[in-house]
Amino acid sequence: METKKTSLYQLHQDCNAKFVEFAGYQMPIQYSEGIVEEHKFTRNHSGIFDVSHMGQLFIYGGDELIKDLEKIFPLDLNNLKINHSKYSFLMDKDAGIQDDLIITKINEGFLIIFNAACKYNDFKILKELLNEKYKMVLDENRSLIAIQGPKSSQILNDVIDGVKDLNFMSGNWFLFDNQKVYITRSGYTGEDGFEISIPNNFAEKLTRELINKGSKLAGLGARDTLRLEAGLCLYGHDLDKDKTPVEANLKWAISKERISKGDFIGSDIIIKQLNDGVSKIRVGIKPEGRIIAREKTKIFNQSDVHIGEITSGTFGPSVNGPVAMGYVENEFSKKNTKVFLEVRGKKYAANICSLPFYKKSYVKGVN
Amino acid sequence: MSDVKYSKEHEWIKLEGDVATIGITKHATEMLGDIVFAELPEKGSNVEKDGTAGVVESTKAASDVYTPVSGEVVDTNQEIVDDPSKINQDPENSAWFFKLKIKDKSEMDSLMNKDDYDKFAKENNT
Repeated sequence: METKKTSLYQLHQDCNAKFVEFAGYQMPIQYSEGIVEEHKFTRNHSGIFDVSHMGQLFIYGGDELIKDLEKIFPLDLNNLKINHSKYSFLMDKDAGIQDDLIITKINEGFLIIFNAACKYNDFKILKELLNEKYKMVLDENRSLIAIQGPKSSQILNDVIDGVKDLNFMSGNWFLFDNQKVYITRSGYTGEDGFEISIPNNFAEKLTRELINKGSKLAGLGARDTLRLEAGLCLYGHDLDKDKTPVEANLKWAISKERISKGDFIGSDIIIKQLNDGVSKIRVGIKPEGRIIAREKTKIFNQSDVHIGEITSGTFGPSVNGPVAMGYVENEFSKKNTKVFLEVRGKKYAANICSLPFYKKSYVKGVN
Repeated sequence: MSDVKYSKEHEWIKLEGDVATIGITKHATEMLGDIVFAELPEKGSNVEKDGTAGVVESTKAASDVYTPVSGEVVDTNQEIVDDPSKINQDPENSAWFFKLKIKDKSEMDSLMNKDDYDKFAKENNT
């Protein structure tokens, strides 16, 4: 299969991107300034991320669609306000996570943003679950541009007036160059920011305007260090089919109302795990020195017993030290529990810690 | 600097008497990106030609550092361990990795001179 290019490919090239193949796409891992600078610029100013490889699924429908989607997602979609977004997951019957996603209720139905590597499979699963009752468009004619960081609100508002009035995790339709763009105040960096769904032919123009206003392109490398510092999961690493939302410590994203009804796919397991507890759970892990513990690093307790594994680990530029997440046996998941990480045959001390590693309050919107 | 030689693993080596100073090339740092971690061999240990003698890590991945010649480690550069970003800033000078008391000067013979290395690096730009 030939690797695909996003509509910003030429712009990435012009900005000296280093490319990597990711989920079938040629994506920029970094630009000339490098991951650390791109990371810091996003935290302190504003970074632009091309996330057009992600899936944008529009499902059209009304009250019946809401009822059908509630059988799939553990969300109170009936009471979700129009233009409001929720983080959720697509689970199998054993509550294994097939993808994590953002779902937004729009006037016409719902917009769901999927991970790139999962999007075609998710589309197929949802089509089957919904019995092809609704019009569903996995829209490849639209790009998805994220702009993240403290200056992003002002920069984007200078280009598209009114976006600064959006609240966190809500969105709306706006016009850019007479094109309808759907913008949500959200992101995956731990910073205030926006994600813009825009027709492909206009994505480069918008991005160039944002750059002219002072934002800078940042690659997938910076996106990874930013999300890990923010304690956010990466599908295929921190989340997969062998892990449930309760094990992933994401129970906050499951609606209590829907648990009491227990009528969504995987609800039996979720309810059981919420009542009985889980044997393994996702935690933050901070190595004591500078050692970086990467994915698949084994975790041991103080008696040298293997108790878990790292699922994501890197150097956090804003933390100025190594950061990691992983799964450990539940009894070792308490904050400040001392553990050991086996890196290149040697064991290094680390501590279980609360997430995120880097905290900044999300802006709730003006007024 | 005609006494500096280069390896296919992108290390440079500068010989003064029987002590060789070894580091990684500018080309290597450009391929690696921002270096955020460095591990060096222990002082007093012996390393073998083409064996691993350290690790550098970028935010993305870990890479082994090899020694182009055999010898006893007589000094290591703690400054790059404390601040690995120095490796990106000055890789072929102040950000040297370790010094070896070498056993066999003839091990230097198979290494490249600057012109050959530059050509090699250009052809292996991945």
